[in-house]
Amino acid sequence: MRKFIMFMVLLTTGAQLFAQVTISGKVKDNRGRPVTAATITLKDTYDGAIADSMGNYRFTTTEKGSFLLQFTSTGYKSFEQQITIGNTAMVIDAVLKEELNELKAVTVTAGSFAAGDNKRAATVLTSLDVLTVGGGNADITSAVKTLPGAQQIGEQEGLFVRGGTGAETKQFIDGTLVNNPYYSSVPDIASRGRFLPMLFKGTVFSTGGYSALYGQALSSALILESIDLPEKSTASLGISPIVVNGGFQQLAKNKKSSWGVNYNYVNLIAYFSVVKQTPDYFKMPVFHNADANFRFKTKSGGMIKYYTTFAKGNVGLRRADIDSLELKDAFGLKNINWYNNLSWRENLGHGWKMNLGAGYSTNTDDLTQEIQDQQNKPAYIVDQPWSFGKNFVIKNKQELSQIRAVFEKKMFGISTVRFGGEYMYSVNNTNFNDTFISNLQDHYEALFAETDIYITNDLAAKIGGRFEHSSIINKANIAPRISLAYKVGKGGQISAAYGIFYQKPEYTELAYTTALGYTKATHYILNYQKNTNDRIFRIEGFYKQYDALVKSYPINFYYSRFDNGGSGYAKGIELFFRDKKTIKNLDYWVSYSYLDTKRDFMNYPEQLQPDFAANHTASLVVKRFVINWKTGFNFTYSYATGRPYYNFMYNNDNGTSKFSIADQGKTKDYHNLGFSMNYVPSVGKTNSKVFWVIVASVTNVLGYDAVYGYNYSQDGTNKVPVTPPAKRFFFIGAFFSWGVDRTQDAINGNL
Amino acid sequence: MKKMIFSLMLFVSVTAMAQSDKYEAAMKKGFAAMDSAKTVMDWQNAAAMFERIGDAEKTQWLPYYYAGLAYSTIGWMNPKGDADANADKIKALCDKAEAIEKNAEIYSLRNMAATQQMIVDPQSRWASYGQEAAAALQKGMELDPNNPRLYYLQGMSVFGTPEQFGGGKEKAKPILQKAVDLFKAEQPKPMYPHWGQKQAEDALAQCQ
Repeated sequence: MRKFIMFMVLLTTGAQLFAQVTISGKVKDNRGRPVTAATITLKDTYDGAIADSMGNYRFTTTEKGSFLLQFTSTGYKSFEQQITIGNTAMVIDAVLKEELNELKAVTVTAGSFAAGDNKRAATVLTSLDVLTVGGGNADITSAVKTLPGAQQIGEQEGLFVRGGTGAETKQFIDGTLVNNPYYSSVPDIASRGRFLPMLFKGTVFSTGGYSALYGQALSSALILESIDLPEKSTASLGISPIVVNGGFQQLAKNKKSSWGVNYNYVNLIAYFSVVKQTPDYFKMPVFHNADANFRFKTKSGGMIKYYTTFAKGNVGLRRADIDSLELKDAFGLKNINWYNNLSWRENLGHGWKMNLGAGYSTNTDDLTQEIQDQQNKPAYIVDQPWSFGKNFVIKNKQELSQIRAVFEKKMFGISTVRFGGEYMYSVNNTNFNDTFISNLQDHYEALFAETDIYITNDLAAKIGGRFEHSSIINKANIAPRISLAYKVGKGGQISAAYGIFYQKPEYTELAYTTALGYTKATHYILNYQKNTNDRIFRIEGFYKQYDALVKSYPINFYYSRFDNGGSGYAKGIELFFRDKKTIKNLDYWVSYSYLDTKRDFMNYPEQLQPDFAANHTASLVVKRFVINWKTGFNFTYSYATGRPYYNFMYNNDNGTSKFSIADQGKTKDYHNLGFSMNYVPSVGKTNSKVFWVIVASVTNVLGYDAVYGYNYSQDGTNKVPVTPPAKRFFFIGAFFSWGVDRTQDAINGNL
Repeated sequence: MKKMIFSLMLFVSVTAMAQSDKYEAAMKKGFAAMDSAKTVMDWQNAAAMFERIGDAEKTQWLPYYYAGLAYSTIGWMNPKGDADANADKIKALCDKAEAIEKNAEIYSLRNMAATQQMIVDPQSRWASYGQEAAAALQKGMELDPNNPRLYYLQGMSVFGTPEQFGGGKEKAKPILQKAVDLFKAEQPKPMYPHWGQKQAEDALAQCQ
C-alpha cells in the first residue's frame, strides 16, 4: 500500500511539474520554398500547429517521450519524423516533396486543343460549345474552324490545317480511323460531317505534333471520344423544313447498359424551292441516315461500346459547262455508307489499362456526269481535249477493316507507359467508264509506344515512337515524337513539340502507280498558354517541313507520271483568347492565325502558296444567353485574307514535262457572319416532362459574296468564280425530348 | 487488497474522466479559435486543431466535422482559392467523420463542398457538382428530415438561382421559413453543430 501511495504521489507531482516544451521549425518544399499552412501534428495527441507564410511553425506540448511528428500539406507527400520529447525545446525542420497529381500536373498543349468537360488545363471548349457555335449548324468541323490553325475553306469539306490539305487531317473515333468522316460531296460544295457533336464527350483538335498513338496524317488529327452511358432513358424528335429525326435511348434499370436507335431523314426539295440555289438541282438532295448503339459497363468498371450508322444519299445538279456556252454538265451522286465501331476499355488491375478497338466501314459512291444541251438532253461531242473526262460513270468503293490494341501501365508516380499496335486492311476499287479499273488493297500495320514522364508536377515529357508498314507501297517507316511541358507561374505553361509524320499517298495517286513512298512532314511547335478561371490565352509558333510530297508530271493530255519529288514548308503564329469574365453573361473567344506556306506538289510547277492557304485567318465567337427571354444568341464572325488561285496549263510544245502557270491571282478577302439562336421555353420548369428547344440559324448574315477560287476552261480563256450554291443557309427547327430533363444542359450552358 | 482494487478502479475512472475533460477542453480551445478567426490562416489553424483532435480521439466525429466546417468557411471566404483542393479536404474529413457516425450534419458539409466546386464554373460544372450538392442535401434529409441547416442550405441554393431557372426569393421563402422554424425548435446539444439560425433569419428577411 505504501508503495502504491508513493506511486500516486510520484504521478501527481509529475503531473504538477507539467513542463511545457516548445517545438518549432521551418517547413520547406524540395525547392526551398516555404510551405504555407502545412499542418504539423504530434501524432496521437492534440498538439500541433500550422506553418505561417514563411513556413515557420511553433507549438508547445506537455507530452514526454517518443512520438511521431507529422508534416502534411495538400499537394505534398506527408513526412513523419520520430522524436523524443524531453525537457528542452526542440527545433525540427522538414522538407516536403511535391506529390504528383494528374489534374494538377502540366499537360502538353503544344499543337492541341481539347474540348470536353474535364478539368485539365488543355481544355479550351466544352462539348456544349461545339454545339452552340453561331451558324455552325452543330457540325464539329464548323466549330473546330473557329480555332486557330484551320483554314476557312468553303468549296470542299475537311480541315485544312497549317498549310496542309484536307486529306492530311484524319479523324479518329475511340482510337480507330474514320475513312469517310464527311458526307460524299459534289464538286465545289462542302459537305458536313457524318457524326453529330452530341455523340462525343471529348474532342481533341491537334494542329500538329500529335501523339505516337495516331498516324497517317501529315498535318492534323481530330480525336473524338464517344459518350458512355446516358443519364436516363429518352425519346427525342426533331422537326424542321429540311430534316425530320426521331430517336430512342434506353438505359437499363441497373444503369449498367444502354441501347439506342436514331433515324434521320433529310430532304431539301421544299427548302430549295424557297431559297434559290445557283446550280440547277435535277435531283434534290435526299439523305437517309440511321444509327444504333449499344453500350455496357463491365464488372471491373470497363466499358464496351458499339456504334453503327448507315447512310444513303442521292443528289444531282447541273451547271453551265465551262468550255462551251450552250452546254451543261449534269453531275449525279449516289452514296451508301455503313460505319461500325466497337471499342472496349478495361482496367486490368495493378495499374494496367487496356483499350481495344475494331472498326469496319464501307462506302460506295456512284458518280455520273454527262454533257447536256440546253434541253437537258445528252449532247454528242466528238472527243476533244476539253471534253475529256466530262462524260463519265465512276463507281468507287472503299472498305476499311481495322483492329487496334493499346495497353497502358502506370509506372512510378503518375508517369505512364502506353504501347500497342494496329492493323488496317483497306480496299479501294475504282471503275472509270469501264476503261480504267483499279483494285487496290493495302495491309497496314503499326506498332507504337509512348511514355508520359512527370519529373515534377511542373515538368512533363512525352516521348514516343511509331513504326509503320504499308503493303501497297511495301515501305516501312519509324516516326519519333517528343513533347515537353513546363509550368511557369500560376496557370501558365510553356510546351514544345517535335515529331515526324508520314502518310501514304492517296488512292487517286496510287491508282496510277504504287511505286511511291511515304509523304513526310516534320513539325516543330512552341506554345505558351495561360489559363485562369475564366480566361485562356494561347500563343503558338510552328514550323513544318514537307518532304516527299507526291508530284505529277504530264506525259500528254491524258496521262501523268507520279513521284515523291515534292516538298514544301509552312510556318506561322497563332493566337487564341477566350474570356468569360470581362463582360458579365458574355462569353467570347478570338482566334488569329498567321500562315506562311509554300509547297510543290501535285501538278504545281514550282513551290507556290497553295490555293487552300490564306495568310491571315481570324474568328470571333460570341455567345450570350438572355435569361429573361430564355434565349441564347450566338454569333460567329470569320475572316480570311484572299487565297491564291492558279490555272496550270499543259503546253504540248515547250517540251518540258511540266505544267506552267497560265494565270494566277488572289481571291478577295473572305467574311462570314454566322448567327444562331436557341429558345428554350422549359428553362426553369424543373418538373417539366418534355424538354424542347427551337433553334434558328443563318450563315453569312451580311450577305457577303464569297469567292473561293476560280475554275478555268481548258483553253484558259473562260474563268468562272467558285461560289457557294446560295448566299446564305437558313435553318429553323424544333427539337423535343421526353424522359430526361435536359433543361439542366441549357442551364449549364448559360448560368 | 480490495481497497487497492477499489482505488485503482477509482484511479482509472479519474483518468477516464480526465481524458474526456481533456477532449472537451481541446474542443473548447478549437471553438475559441473559430470564434476569433479572421483570416484564412486563422481558419486553417482552427481546422488543423480539430483534425488533430479527431486523429487522436479516433471515436469522435465532431472534431472532423468542425475541421470540415472550418475548411468550408475558408471556401466561402476565399472564392479565388483552389476550390477543388479545399473541397477534397472537406470530403475526406466527411469520410472520416462518417466512418464513426453517419448523420445529417456531415451531409451539410458535403453539400457546401460540392456547391463551392460548382460555383467555380457553374456553366460546365453544374451537371457534376450541382447534382452532387443536391444529392448530398437529399441524403442528409433522409437521415434527418428536421435538420434546420439542410433546409437553410437548400433555401440559399434556391435563393441564389435565377428566377428563370426555377430559383428566386419567392421560391426560397417557404424553405427558409421552414429552416427558421426548425432552428427555433432545435434542442441545443453540447458541442453539437448549432450554426445557421442567424444566417437563415437574415436570408428570410431578404425574401420579405
